[in-house]
Amino acid sequence: MLQFIIRRLAGAVVTLFLIGAVTFFLFIAGPSDYASLACGRDCSPTRIADIREALGLNLPVATQFWQFMSGIVMGRDFPDGHCAAPCLGQSFYSGDMVWDTILDRFPTTLTLTVGGTICFLIFGVGAGMISAYRRGSTLDKFATGSSMVLSSFQIYFLGPIALTVLVYSTGWMEDPGYVPISEDPVRWFVGMSIPVVVMATIFTAQYTRMARASMIEQLAEEHVRTARAKGMTKKYVFFRYAWRGSLIPIVTVLGIDISSMLGGAVVTELTFSLQGIGRLAVNGAMTRDLPLTMGVMMFGAFFILIVNILTDIAYAWIDPRVRLS
Amino acid sequence: MSDNLTLPAQQGPTDASTETLLEVQGLTKHFPIYGGFPIKRKVGAVQAVDGVDLTVGVGESVGLVGESGCGKSTTGRLITRLLEPTAGKINYMGQDITHASRRQLAPVRSEIQMIFQDPYSSLNPRQTVGSIIKSPMEVNGIEPEGGQEKKVRELLELVGLNPEHYNRFPHEFSGGQRQRIGVARALALNPKLIVADEPVSALDVSIQAQVVNLLQKVQQELGIAFLFIAHDLAIVRHFSQRVAVMYLGKVVEVGDRDSIYNRPRHPYTHALLSAVPEVAVDDEAGDKERIRLYGDVPSPISPPSGCRFRTRCWKAQDKCASEEPPLLQLSGNRDGHLTACHFPEDPTTEARAEDVVLDPALKALEKDTADDTESKPAKD
Amino acid sequence: MTTLTKTEDAPAPTGPESFLSVRDLRVQFSTEDGIVKAVDGLSFDVERGKTLGIVGESGSGKSVTNLSILGLHNPRTSSVDGEILLDGQELVTATDKELEQLRGNKMAMIFQDPLTALSPYYTVGRQLSEPFMKHRGASKKEAKDRAIQMLEKVGIPQPKVRFDDYPHQFSGGMRQRAMIAMALMCDPDLLIADEPTTALDVTVQAQILDLLKDLQQEFGSAIIFITHDLGVISNMADDLLVMYAGRAVERGSVKEVLRTPQHPYTWGLLSSMPRLDGDIHEMLTPIPGSPPSLLTPPPGCRFHPRCAFKDEVAGTLCSDTRPPLADGRAAACHLTAEQKQTIFIDKIQPRLR
Repeated sequence: MLQFIIRRLAGAVVTLFLIGAVTFFLFIAGPSDYASLACGRDCSPTRIADIREALGLNLPVATQFWQFMSGIVMGRDFPDGHCAAPCLGQSFYSGDMVWDTILDRFPTTLTLTVGGTICFLIFGVGAGMISAYRRGSTLDKFATGSSMVLSSFQIYFLGPIALTVLVYSTGWMEDPGYVPISEDPVRWFVGMSIPVVVMATIFTAQYTRMARASMIEQLAEEHVRTARAKGMTKKYVFFRYAWRGSLIPIVTVLGIDISSMLGGAVVTELTFSLQGIGRLAVNGAMTRDLPLTMGVMMFGAFFILIVNILTDIAYAWIDPRVRLS
Repeated sequence: MSDNLTLPAQQGPTDASTETLLEVQGLTKHFPIYGGFPIKRKVGAVQAVDGVDLTVGVGESVGLVGESGCGKSTTGRLITRLLEPTAGKINYMGQDITHASRRQLAPVRSEIQMIFQDPYSSLNPRQTVGSIIKSPMEVNGIEPEGGQEKKVRELLELVGLNPEHYNRFPHEFSGGQRQRIGVARALALNPKLIVADEPVSALDVSIQAQVVNLLQKVQQELGIAFLFIAHDLAIVRHFSQRVAVMYLGKVVEVGDRDSIYNRPRHPYTHALLSAVPEVAVDDEAGDKERIRLYGDVPSPISPPSGCRFRTRCWKAQDKCASEEPPLLQLSGNRDGHLTACHFPEDPTTEARAEDVVLDPALKALEKDTADDTESKPAKD
Repeated sequence: MTTLTKTEDAPAPTGPESFLSVRDLRVQFSTEDGIVKAVDGLSFDVERGKTLGIVGESGSGKSVTNLSILGLHNPRTSSVDGEILLDGQELVTATDKELEQLRGNKMAMIFQDPLTALSPYYTVGRQLSEPFMKHRGASKKEAKDRAIQMLEKVGIPQPKVRFDDYPHQFSGGMRQRAMIAMALMCDPDLLIADEPTTALDVTVQAQILDLLKDLQQEFGSAIIFITHDLGVISNMADDLLVMYAGRAVERGSVKEVLRTPQHPYTWGLLSSMPRLDGDIHEMLTPIPGSPPSLLTPPPGCRFHPRCAFKDEVAGTLCSDTRPPLADGRAAACHLTAEQKQTIFIDKIQPRLR
């Protein structure tokens, strides 16, 4: 198991390097001129030359690539200050270090992701399992029906409704916003609860349907029937035999969802005016702030890799056949 | 639709046909296994087929029997060139087709056809029966006399299906009928050799016989040579003039039908024949030898050294581990009856003085029952 | 109450002979296309310590019958009517709880494919121990001892080590041995084996069949052995029930049914099977057509559309009246006893040489 993790981590480092290289060559060494983008409109040629000089764009491509990659590992000096490792460059727009900006926004995204995941796992997977266990009952019909309706909703539809009802017309709650947990845990919780719950609601609906389908599929497995043929109770068979296999598709989708949420939940952030990673990526792209866009992308890629490894570990934990091969 | 194929009684095995149609020498297929870190490399190979020699005469039916993992299906796919051989030689009518390119192979492809095991997945569900049977002719640009459609109708009739069903889809047919469609497709190009890979094992008993009879009719009336791959020894015996027995990627014994079934020499052939469950109609059913091996076939990734059967053989000695037995004609065997064994058995399937039981559990249980045949065994 | 009448060498009765008795069993599934009458009025008995073979092709209802004995059919889509008496206890109307007490304890089942029938997520040892702990109230340690003892009995090498292995670490034959060990953990009185060797190679099949026979000698369980292979059944069973399209068409002792079969379907089965010592010049005689759809089974005798001898029966009897299956040695066919005998001797027997 340890060997497996080491191997996968080493693989992840290689992949990150490759992603870095691809990102670099696509954006920096690509056809569009970095300096004139940074300069903006009505730029004098001398100004462009100055910028090229300041950003080291006159250096050979290989040297630039080395500076970029080593910057991530060891940090890097810019004319207006040092950028500590992991240095993802300096924003053209604000002049801030990209890494600092990301760190500033990340807690919002993390809160959304963790909070949302806990909610939809408990309610979504729970409801799906109960639905499968009581297949055909009124409860099942209710859960199936409501999850069908809910999963066809979107955050930008449910979000404004929730805000109108809970904030604007009744004043029961404050406008959502992020307050660091270290500053005021209560306001952190209250401020994030509406976005988290609204986002989780939509995921809950999807996970209910998936967990139910997966469970029903497992219940039809032959080994589940064998366990029944041994005289084990329905409940025992359900929670020992069927449950385990039903986790595999859930873990797969969960891995994809978590890593994409960590890379930024753009719609949620925009709907509730939160400043998360997703917003950052959108801003970067719209202002053509290339270092920022690249930084966010590599940051997201890092989480995709980490979550992938965790997903594989989860597979091995669930299914012993994965462990040995 | 005629299901009962009436035919003149089958002639005895055509004396080992004089002309060779297909000759296979040292045919080998190793499927590489990749693994390792950080760079994936070949760490081993599944030795699916490992040096198979086989000949099929013109119009002859040859059976290939063996248990799962013995490489019989892979051999069939190598011969039809659906797989690329790792080593060895395939000679078809004097032409070396071992590594022939697509273009070189084109004329041969139409002469060597294949029938697959699963009649459900080997027919495209979105094509009509007519276009399924027609497609080999279209692909090869063959325009038979009277047109392709007429030919298809003739083929449907030949395999015992209603020619009116030309425009139906495979799902409208039962399993046995689908296998007939597969046969018709194989016949569309007037092949000289048909490789039939377990053509009846997915079918119910009563349907199996229909398809076996159809294949037999095709073989005899059209003079098509067959390589009949199956695990059912009784069906292979019924269908094949010569039979090759495979074990873990090698042919361990080959010979005419009578030699293999009545005068086998290889211990594995003895074990196989003895294991076939037979309907005991007569009382003298007890005159067959009883051999019970122990355990399953070893993995073809790391097969035993020397003779591959030695790990399950009751006659194995040191020599079997160190030296691989060559496929030879043993003294007393008929021409063409070859056996790969250092310590062959007597050429009979009669019951022995003592059963060969290698299974420790069986041995223990049978000793118990022999010890107290009278007293009822105590329950725990 | 009827029992299978035994040939004269039957042992003297020592108690209620039929240990399992099935009467007029009907199992129906509701599907999107309509109601499937998977089993339609089936009756049979199994004696204590004896083996009943049920032979039939796919869709004959043989597996469904046995799942309904164990109560493992899906109650949402299927309905079971009739009477199943296991040692005097009615199973059709039994509650889930009562059935759970019997399953794996008094009656156990061996499935066809041990790879899919054993859970990939738990060790073989754990899967073996569970029923023993549940039904016998044994401790983990006692269950483990028993499991190791049973693994050894069925011929698993190094049972103490293999106890902690997962099913995928076993070979095919070893998995089926473990499955048998699991079924025998609580020393069941009735063992239902559903095609237990169909997924195995022929040399492994021979080992498993002999093992089952020898274990039956030791444990004294009654066995219902389901298969499509007449060869297998002839070596395993005492009595035989031939099923076709959800009904029993012939029954008797194995010797009677296989040596002097009386039903055209049984004749067809026997003459479509090539034999290792058969005449190679003789063509096989298949049964024409294919088994009927159970959504719209043919009226009367369900075999009549495929029957080569229906013309020998006067009128439309075959196509409008269900032939009854008498008690004991019997065949559900409208042919008279003499007709059956003449046809068998003149037309069928020569094919079986």
